[in-house]
Amino acid sequence: MMARRTRKKARPRVTGDVPTSMPLLEVRDLTVEFATRRGVVRAIEHVDVAVAKGETLGIVGESGSGKSVTSYAVMRILDRAGRIIQGSVLFSGLDLITKSDADMRDLRGREMSMIFQNPRAALNPIRKIGHQIEDVLLQHAQVGNQDVGEYAIQMLDQVQIARPRERYHAYPFELSGGMCQRVVIALALACRPQLLIADEPTTGLDVTTQKAVMDLVVELTRKRDMSSILITHDLGVAAAYCNRLVVMQNGHVVETAKSQTIFSKPSHAYTRKLMRATPRPGVSLRELLPEDVRAPRPKASPARGAGAPLLTVEKLVKEYPRKRDVTLFARLFGPKPPIEQEIFRAVDGISFSIKRGESVGLVGESGCGKSTTSMMLMRLIDKSSGLIMFDGENIGEIPPRDFTRLPLRKRIQMVFQDPTDSLNPRYTAARAIADPILRLGDISGGDEVRARCEQLAQRVGLPNELLDRFPHQLSGGQKARVGIARAIALKPDLVVLDEPTAALDVSVQAVVLNLLQDLKDSLGMSYLFVSHDLNVVRLLCDRVIVMRAGQIVEEGLTEQILSEPQANYTRELLAAIPHPPV
Amino acid sequence: MLGLITKRLLLVIPNLIGVVIITFLLTRALPGDPAAYFAGPAASKEAIEQIRVKLGLDRPLPEQFIRYVKDLARGDLGNSLTTGQPVVTEIRRRLPASAELTLLGLMISISIAVPLGILAAVKQGSWIDHACRVVATAGVSLPVFFTGLLLVYLFYFVLGWSPAPLGRLDVFFSAPPQVTGFYLIDSLTARDFGLFRAVLGQLILPAVTLGIFSLAPIARMTRASMLAVLGSDFVRTARASGLDNRTVILTYAFRNAMLPVITTLGMVFSFLLGANVLVEKVFAWPGIGSYAVEALIASDFAPVQGFVLTMAILYVALNLLIDILYGIIDPRVRLEG
Amino acid sequence: MKESNSILRHARYVVSENLVTGFAFLLFVLIALAALFGPYIVPHDPLASDTATTLRSPSFKHWFGTDQLGRDIFSRVIVATRLDFAIALSSVILVFAMGGLAGIASGFFGGWTDRIIGRISDTIMAFPLFVLAMGIVAALGNTVTNIVLATAIINFPLYVRVARAEANVRREAGFVQAARLSGNSESRILLTHILPNIMPIMMVQISLTMGYAILNAAGLSFIGLGVRPPTPEWGIMVAEGAGNIISGEWWIALFPGLALMLAVFCFNLLGDGLRDLVDPQRRT
Repeated sequence: MMARRTRKKARPRVTGDVPTSMPLLEVRDLTVEFATRRGVVRAIEHVDVAVAKGETLGIVGESGSGKSVTSYAVMRILDRAGRIIQGSVLFSGLDLITKSDADMRDLRGREMSMIFQNPRAALNPIRKIGHQIEDVLLQHAQVGNQDVGEYAIQMLDQVQIARPRERYHAYPFELSGGMCQRVVIALALACRPQLLIADEPTTGLDVTTQKAVMDLVVELTRKRDMSSILITHDLGVAAAYCNRLVVMQNGHVVETAKSQTIFSKPSHAYTRKLMRATPRPGVSLRELLPEDVRAPRPKASPARGAGAPLLTVEKLVKEYPRKRDVTLFARLFGPKPPIEQEIFRAVDGISFSIKRGESVGLVGESGCGKSTTSMMLMRLIDKSSGLIMFDGENIGEIPPRDFTRLPLRKRIQMVFQDPTDSLNPRYTAARAIADPILRLGDISGGDEVRARCEQLAQRVGLPNELLDRFPHQLSGGQKARVGIARAIALKPDLVVLDEPTAALDVSVQAVVLNLLQDLKDSLGMSYLFVSHDLNVVRLLCDRVIVMRAGQIVEEGLTEQILSEPQANYTRELLAAIPHPPV
Repeated sequence: MLGLITKRLLLVIPNLIGVVIITFLLTRALPGDPAAYFAGPAASKEAIEQIRVKLGLDRPLPEQFIRYVKDLARGDLGNSLTTGQPVVTEIRRRLPASAELTLLGLMISISIAVPLGILAAVKQGSWIDHACRVVATAGVSLPVFFTGLLLVYLFYFVLGWSPAPLGRLDVFFSAPPQVTGFYLIDSLTARDFGLFRAVLGQLILPAVTLGIFSLAPIARMTRASMLAVLGSDFVRTARASGLDNRTVILTYAFRNAMLPVITTLGMVFSFLLGANVLVEKVFAWPGIGSYAVEALIASDFAPVQGFVLTMAILYVALNLLIDILYGIIDPRVRLEG
Repeated sequence: MKESNSILRHARYVVSENLVTGFAFLLFVLIALAALFGPYIVPHDPLASDTATTLRSPSFKHWFGTDQLGRDIFSRVIVATRLDFAIALSSVILVFAMGGLAGIASGFFGGWTDRIIGRISDTIMAFPLFVLAMGIVAALGNTVTNIVLATAIINFPLYVRVARAEANVRREAGFVQAARLSGNSESRILLTHILPNIMPIMMVQISLTMGYAILNAAGLSFIGLGVRPPTPEWGIMVAEGAGNIISGEWWIALFPGLALMLAVFCFNLLGDGLRDLVDPQRRT
């Protein structure tokens, strides 16, 4: 079924004879246009980038900066709608823009490769990973038919995949996200290219996996004296792994300098803004904003921290039946497997409390149970066992369907992670904000409700004229504000925030985090801030709870935990976070 | 693999039960009185009543149903009132005619539709792409019986290339010795090439009609599926790795794109089995479709029952094959159960 | 220089995209007009037979010629528009109401609702659909109501599948969770949040099914299981003209067949155009 392909005739290496002082890659005055429904759009303009041999260059910027488009243009894998209309791309002295498709195919994978986000989607789902690596090796005539299998297994070993001989026969869906990314790296490095371009390779991965993957990439590229380009929006990652940085904004390059220089003495205003907005140890929330927009902090509500805890959780458990792939026959007549195999404990008996006006962070990597916990607190899903007390009432016993109708509902609200997904595409911003008011509020009548919406919009810094727009007409930051306005519409006591700024650009994140802090202080709300980003948690939370595999590993005051962690796991987490130099 | 097949088979059983029940109910609801028909126009009321008892039509419905199921288990589909023959024999005799026609039609359409869809997706925006879209939309709009009539008019009346649409064989020829029931194959095994040409001549127009009918949905689905796959992340990776066009399109894109097309084939088959009935009427084809239509008009319920049941079972078997084929190609289905 | 090029390109793009859909829409209006006003404006009585003028080929007096009974084919074709259009429209509305609601309830609530509706859907799908329609109309009788019912029943699984898939995707979407937090009950969420979001896709489905319903009704009539003569209906007219094809009298079957084709083509184009507008990623 999987026909083995014959070895291709080796083509002569398409590289020129270059002196070592010349950069490996030199992009000059590159301009790319896209034909869209709304006309022609310039994605990047007059972009200059240079990468020397053995150097790791970082391209940083927020969404829409054009960093990905630049790399796609270099590799000449732009979408059909994109065209390079100006500029040159010199790779080892050869202009790639004039090269034919056949020559480019020869270069790709062999002289220059690329790895992308979302590793599992980047692999052919119905082809064994071993064969996928072999395809690349055979295409570029690196190895003969007999040896290609061994070579592929060696590559898997080099990217630190355990039991490579077995895993050779695996399909992508059988591997974890981190392992898939390693396979993608193996594909990219199999033919020993001179240049590796990594486009946001760690987005979506856990912090510890992220560190492992980046360390691997760095180790492999340094070992082979390769150059690499790392494209990222995360300044910490850029600082930790890159020699030089290129900062892009709106399709233009605004600054290019050595990594240390950029962080210590940024010259361009935009770079300064980016640096400032990045959460890092030693800065306060307000310091993330540009100086001219820093409003004074509202006075904290006097009820803060007073009295009994607002929310208490005791021995909370959530179990799911594990899907077992066993025949009906075996299930009826076979021996009964132990309980642990039957049931999966997403949340395994945790206890904590939140006081009035307090902001508590709930951190952990994916699969630790933090989202399940927040869902149970929100009364969106049922618990398996345990106690949830809110302001003296046992809300854990009330099933989700009934809770919707109680007046208690408006006292616990949520801000969601993905601003796009959490807004009904057919509702205007005003209608979305008005929804809780109409259902649970005590005012009615179109004008009154509208007036309240405008009040709320003002409070979250959303201009009134945006209220009648639909989500697809709003920016990410504006959508986030709509979500926040909706959450605070009925002045809840407790707000659960599920990674509310994870999908936002770093400058927008700074503004939104400040907004959340100010709202909390002026309205006297308590926050449960669920996140994987310890830097953000440091800024916003008084206390922090660290979760792993459904259990609480450590909890305490934020400063305490983050400066002197007791548990090993917390130490591991902290060590994995790449910091920009202070 | 065996587990997959077993699981699919188990799922099929409730469907078959539903089919049997519904077929029974539908045909018992047919208008007309079979007893009166059987007895003849001159029969007296007592005679009709006697025949009714003999046919078991006076019993309550559940009892009739149990008798029906028992007969089914023995492979007895009853007798046709109009011909007096057992339905099973008739169906067995006529099935190859319909099968040969449908399979040939399907082969014709797949061999055109799939390459067309792939080319249209690979060369998006070119004239092939536009042609494919026009073919897909127009093909779906053509009534199958109308296409058949048009082809007859053009190739028989105007051009005279085709023989008269009067069934599987012209009167001058006799059927080849029975090996498979498929005249094309049987005439070849008997080494009678003149007969083969005659059979083909009769077969080509109705097969092309069915082919045109099924061309559109297959081409449309192939194109859409290829487009989706060509824009996917793993094809981007393949391109970024420098794999050549042939590998990217055939090994990476095509195999993945074929998965939805295979599931569409199930739906196409459903349409084909229905279109079969219409085409058999236009070309006077002695298949089970025309058998059923004649029986329906005469309110002869046993053949109709047999026909619907046969078609449904065929269809279920086909879907099972398609599921299994899908499982062979897509490891996710096999390994995740 | 580059600016004017791109404006031209953009204009060409917009016009070419919508040209076909605009054309389909015009055609649709024409068909609707023929359905509404046809019987009042046709030159001859569609049922009037005249033994003196049988089997005349198209002429100035009879634009589409006459059939075996001397009836004017042009008038019959135009008048038949009303019947075919009405059959298509009613079956589509019926199946949308039944299948659409069943589908979204199935996709949104899951559990037993999903299982029962799924079972019904699977049972229908176990039959080749046209064969099932044949069976239903044969069992219940050759009336227009039964044709509409049969067409609705055989399209039920498709609507359930589309509606269910759409509702399922949105079931755990952020805005649905947010609606729960805002105090909306499950049924209110279904009607006010989910339904408006799936309407565009259902509209596409409706347009495509109109075409299929006409073909189905015509097919049933062709084998004698549909509308009864002398009622003018496109399928019956093709059946009546089928025998004459061999003797060369092509006009009896051709014109109703063309009308059939044109109507179905129009609905398919309209459906495709709607789909492009509604969901550009799924262009066919």
